[in-house]
Amino acid sequence: MDANAKSPSPNGHLTTPTRLTGSEILWATLVGEGVTDVFGYPGGAILPAYDALRKFPIRHILVRHEQGAAHMADGYARASGKVGVAVATSGPGATNLVTGIATAMLDSIPMVCVTGQVSSKVLGTDAFQEVDITGVTLPVTKHNFLVNRAEDLAPALRLAFQIARSGRPGPVLVDITKDAQQATALFDFAAAKPAPYRPHPMLRVEDTGLAQAAELIRNAKRPVILAGHGVLQSGAMEQLRTLAERGQIPVALTLLGLGGFPASHPLNLGMMGMHGEAWVNDAIQGADLLIACGMRFDDRVIGTPSTYALKAKKIHIEVDPAEINKNIKVDVALVGDLAEVLELLLPRISSRGQGGRDGSAWIKTIEASKGAVAVRDIKNLPDSGHLYAAHVMHDLWRITGGNAIVVTDVGQHQMWEAQYFHHELPRSLITSGGLGTMGFALPAAIGAKIACPEKEVWVIAGDGGFQMTSPELSTIAQEKLKINIAIINNGYLGMVRQWQEFFYDKNYESTPLVSPDFVKLADAHGIAGQAVRTRAEVGAAVDEARNHAGAYLLNFMVEKEDSVYPMIPAGSSLHEMIRRPGKNPLVERSDDL
Amino acid sequence: MLHTFVSYVEDKPGVLTRVASLFRRLNINIISLTVGRSERPGLSRLTLVCEASAEAGDRIRASMFKLENVIDVDDIAGAPSVTRELALIKVAATKHTRSAIFELVEVFRARIVDLAPESLLIEMTGVESKIEGLIQVLTEGDNRILEICRSGKMTMRRGHHTSSVLRAMGAAAETERDDSANQLQQAQEGAVVQPD
Repeated sequence: MDANAKSPSPNGHLTTPTRLTGSEILWATLVGEGVTDVFGYPGGAILPAYDALRKFPIRHILVRHEQGAAHMADGYARASGKVGVAVATSGPGATNLVTGIATAMLDSIPMVCVTGQVSSKVLGTDAFQEVDITGVTLPVTKHNFLVNRAEDLAPALRLAFQIARSGRPGPVLVDITKDAQQATALFDFAAAKPAPYRPHPMLRVEDTGLAQAAELIRNAKRPVILAGHGVLQSGAMEQLRTLAERGQIPVALTLLGLGGFPASHPLNLGMMGMHGEAWVNDAIQGADLLIACGMRFDDRVIGTPSTYALKAKKIHIEVDPAEINKNIKVDVALVGDLAEVLELLLPRISSRGQGGRDGSAWIKTIEASKGAVAVRDIKNLPDSGHLYAAHVMHDLWRITGGNAIVVTDVGQHQMWEAQYFHHELPRSLITSGGLGTMGFALPAAIGAKIACPEKEVWVIAGDGGFQMTSPELSTIAQEKLKINIAIINNGYLGMVRQWQEFFYDKNYESTPLVSPDFVKLADAHGIAGQAVRTRAEVGAAVDEARNHAGAYLLNFMVEKEDSVYPMIPAGSSLHEMIRRPGKNPLVERSDDL
Repeated sequence: MLHTFVSYVEDKPGVLTRVASLFRRLNINIISLTVGRSERPGLSRLTLVCEASAEAGDRIRASMFKLENVIDVDDIAGAPSVTRELALIKVAATKHTRSAIFELVEVFRARIVDLAPESLLIEMTGVESKIEGLIQVLTEGDNRILEICRSGKMTMRRGHHTSSVLRAMGAAAETERDDSANQLQQAQEGAVVQPD
């Protein structure tokens, strides 16, 4: 053990091993790991832990449903880059976390979930509120532990934090029996330090691979960088920008990559994939080289593998060896941390002035294909008297100056946000990409606000998803959080309705949605709000929300049967997209050609 | 094609579930799985045989390495190796029919390990086809097979082979090291090292 290690413990000073209860060890270890906020809900099997909580400098945010706790820990992690922590009791408390854990798993979010478990003496007897939560969460966690002895707690928790943070991050669950919380053990934070992190043995960044990649980039006529969530996870924003600028390579982003490369940058193409703009997907289909940086060729991004970018050589820079050649076969794989790999690659890339490639012709081709689409300005389009979600997104972006953290739910509004809110900064968009979890936005925004209290935080949710977790409005009220909420209310489960319109003969089965008056609902929680029905009201309403001291809810009554364009039907090729129809007031004529 | 993975995993409760669950998630059927103690304290060694496409090998191996309790994974592929299986076969036999079975056992280099008035127990070690062969001739010879118990395959590479992961672990035991860069380098080639 390291004698010099500073081991913050209950009171923050250096520790000598002290005899504590398991409950105290739990919180002391969290404090030692730098945790200041946890999201949770008490119950029988976790009560000993809650009993000890007030002795420790940790803020506990009481949620209204454990799914909310998991999403809050997730939003906290996405906003701050730190490990989010959720706490729940055994049985139903633990199973309620599962959707939130799976959401974090699919998006590689570092998170530690602590659950109470029935006493070890009755484990496996179907005791009251007993569920085998390590078994249940096995496929949706990076790893999990069942701890039934107080002396095992600190090492398990510290290892859980190491696993959650390292390599490709992910959620870890630690299930602690009630008797382990009640028993005592010697607590020594430093001695509980896990063995040094073992990197995945198949990480591989070789000179030959770097040389091949550099050679492919030098000779490429039509290269495109595909930037994903890994850019943010690895903190490779600077390296990515240098690569793009030095090589004159346009950058397309995945949904979770938005913010990893400034939207205003001339080389930024925007979002790729199912709801990416035509010029982005066309550029990818026409490319002769794809440089995938921290992205995993998800099916929402590639359409169908059999027709994806057939003319392109592919370089894949990725931290998870299991992602290599999974969906798309690549020519060069550089398996390692993105920022580190790019640092190794960049010295081999020359700028144009130093004999590097000249990207101007390819960029000009893409610019031409943008046509009038790229220079759209929504606010100049004729006001038809209807309120369109795209208007709302554009105005929100304009008025907030793009400086807010936007937390979106899942569905049409999520795609409109991605298209019309231009993200300049990393971690300014928080959204459930992989799992597509409706109900994510409101709790995740609470987590983001706790992590970044100085930031302006906006929830953007549909009327459907909002109702899945709307009880967390009480959490906002109890914690007195300044969060702005924009509900994009079209009276439908909009994205499902859109699929029914396109692929199921407009059979709107079970998608029309009756909702409460959201402004009154907010009012019942002591949260102010107003409904917005026309374009003209948007600006003033957004100003009002921003200037209001407390949380504020805007209920945007938007066009009911609007659809997100363009759209690549699931399983189709990137070039087989459904374009904007002529009747849509947002149509760009060149886009119809 | 058939893939054979040899893996060192932590000897702890639930580890086998994690390995098995990975194959379930990948929708790959495990054909044979044997687990037992290894030469390393605290580590079990398993041999897992499954049917998957030729390209799937790397991804399966990479996915196994992502399990926290999995220490090393070797994809045997076509490398020179020895594979054995153990079978226990109980055959109905009286004093009148034993001698014919004794002859077969002799030919197949198997052993009789239990003899009872109405049955005998054959132990046989070998490759799969040899065991199948013995079972076949026993069946054809009008013998009634009462029980068969087969261990599944165990595989070991030929020659002085060790993976760099295990080598790095051996070295780590001797000198306390906290240098992750060094570790990375040590562990970078998890794959096979050819015999000297």
